[in-house]
Amino acid sequence: MDLFIQLVVAGLAAGGIYASLALALVMIHEATELINFAQGEMAMFSTYLAWTMINAGFPYWAAFFLTVGISFVGGVVIERVIIRPFERAAIFTLIVVFIALLLIFNGLAGWIWTYTIKSFDSPFPEAPLVLMEGVSVRMHDVGAIGVTLVVLLLLYLFFRFTPIGLAMRAAAQDPTSSKLVGIRVGWMLALGWGLAAAIGAVAGMMVAPIVFLDPSMMAGILLYGFASALLGGINNPGGAVAGGFIVGVFENLIGAYMPFIGNELKLTVALAIIIVVVIFRPGGLFGKVAVSRV
Amino acid sequence: MARQLHETRFAGLTGVGWRRSALILGLLIAVALPFLSSDYRTYQFTNVLLWAIAVLGLNMLTGYCGQISLGHGAFYAIGAYATAVMIDKGEVPYYLAIPMGGVVAMFVGFLFGYPAGRLRGHYLALATFGLAIAVPQILKYDLFEPWTGGVQGIFIFKPDPPAWLPLELSKDQWLYFFSLGILLVLFFAAWNILRSRSGRAMIAIRTQHIAAEAMGVNTALYKSLTFGLSAFYTGIAGALSAIIVEFVSPDSFTFFISIWILIGMVVGGLGSIWGAVFGGLVIVYLPNVAEDVFKVAPAVVYGLILIVVMYFMPMGAAGFVRLMGARIMRKWGTTDGEPDQTSDAGQTPSASR
Repeated sequence: MDLFIQLVVAGLAAGGIYASLALALVMIHEATELINFAQGEMAMFSTYLAWTMINAGFPYWAAFFLTVGISFVGGVVIERVIIRPFERAAIFTLIVVFIALLLIFNGLAGWIWTYTIKSFDSPFPEAPLVLMEGVSVRMHDVGAIGVTLVVLLLLYLFFRFTPIGLAMRAAAQDPTSSKLVGIRVGWMLALGWGLAAAIGAVAGMMVAPIVFLDPSMMAGILLYGFASALLGGINNPGGAVAGGFIVGVFENLIGAYMPFIGNELKLTVALAIIIVVVIFRPGGLFGKVAVSRV
Repeated sequence: MARQLHETRFAGLTGVGWRRSALILGLLIAVALPFLSSDYRTYQFTNVLLWAIAVLGLNMLTGYCGQISLGHGAFYAIGAYATAVMIDKGEVPYYLAIPMGGVVAMFVGFLFGYPAGRLRGHYLALATFGLAIAVPQILKYDLFEPWTGGVQGIFIFKPDPPAWLPLELSKDQWLYFFSLGILLVLFFAAWNILRSRSGRAMIAIRTQHIAAEAMGVNTALYKSLTFGLSAFYTGIAGALSAIIVEFVSPDSFTFFISIWILIGMVVGGLGSIWGAVFGGLVIVYLPNVAEDVFKVAPAVVYGLILIVVMYFMPMGAAGFVRLMGARIMRKWGTTDGEPDQTSDAGQTPSASR
């Protein structure tokens, strides 16, 4: 039983990371109805920025918030400069552009910071937190879950209670009518990209102490982020976070009780989750199925 | 409209004539090349051919049927591995192992395409993205190690040219002609399939999904069939690669294989059969160019090229050539029986647009 609780706790910790990346994916999907394949690489790039600042002597939290700010601006700039000319293009065109972004960020990071693996410090104390006899959890994991929940709360408050949040929701739901009432739809999309990049940066900085820092660190995690977002519902931020925790726990349990699958076929498990969800419950557990008018 | 009834000629040849001559010229060059270059160059040309086959495979799925796949590297890997295992463990001759490798890839593609056929747009891209990322891990999997050799991979050997050949060829030259033969057969088959009833159904699924369904096209079936066909082509390409590289290992089939096939298709031209050959050239020679331009981070160059191509010529090189050809015909072409038409068309190019 202790083992089981320990596994669940560790799973929740991993789930926190997936949840924050899933949240970033949901953000872009909410704003643009697209799935950003470069999200993982953008997060990786932001994390390297934070690493550089910390190495230059910045205190951790100063570097943290600076990185979030820079990523936000970066996301807005990417939308305005690169994505905007393709606003009316076919889905395929946009997917190719996302893949191009993925290549560019991966190449840039490899060029600037080389492909050697770097360690990234956690801001949280090293000593593990003992919950009960035989069950302990790393402080970093507790911190990461806390950070994810704070981000979720902030997003909720932003979308629910601020005029800009309302405008963003309107722009995503009905661009034409939004334009008619004076919302600048294009800028709302850019804001969505900015927010997603900022959330991705948070996810990157939370995951880096666990998986270490290298230009391809996000590929596997992005896949789990996708699985989480789809499981929870790609159009439901709260659902995506819940999906992240569910996937994290599931992954850990399968790893422990079915080791012949769990450890060596980790990515295949994520793939299987994605396929099962899109076939049997395309809206996810907590989302709505998008219905389009013919 | 009357002009359409007469054939427009440029330098004495019609559009079809120009296309035919280009095809014949291309074939002549393709046959002459290995006799004019070193074995290493010939090996590179063989690579161009097999990438062209892989690109055509993806193009049938994406360019014609409109289904987006970011995971064709997976079928490439499956074709390569199936062939290598058959040669290594089953002692199957390579000329049988290659088509069988393609069939294995086709089978997996069909099975994957059946559920995936229900997905649209980016969800399909997502599922195939996952497939591409998961494949190296599956190839390393313990249970399959007796066949796949685990992390070590499998070594095989290049076959000798057959004894019945009238002229003496090196191993690389023979593999080049062998691949060229396969390419011609596959391209001819694709050309025919795409103009058949099934091909029209595939194109209808891309252009008007709902209308196609209403017209009685079994879209789910056609999508998975196209998926299987496309995986067959890409699997054959993988199989050829296993033979010419003489080695397969899980880490040679990373996500980047899928990206390369995608780049080849986008730059070569979406929905063009011959654009696939250009795509093959791009995949083999672009890395050299990119390293000259920006040695430290070639991936950045690939990314920028993708964006620029998408922005300025979304139909790729083939689309560009087609557009230029049409423009030349309109501007300088002569039309049978209406000799004055030339000067007319020359003076008012905007009217004919």
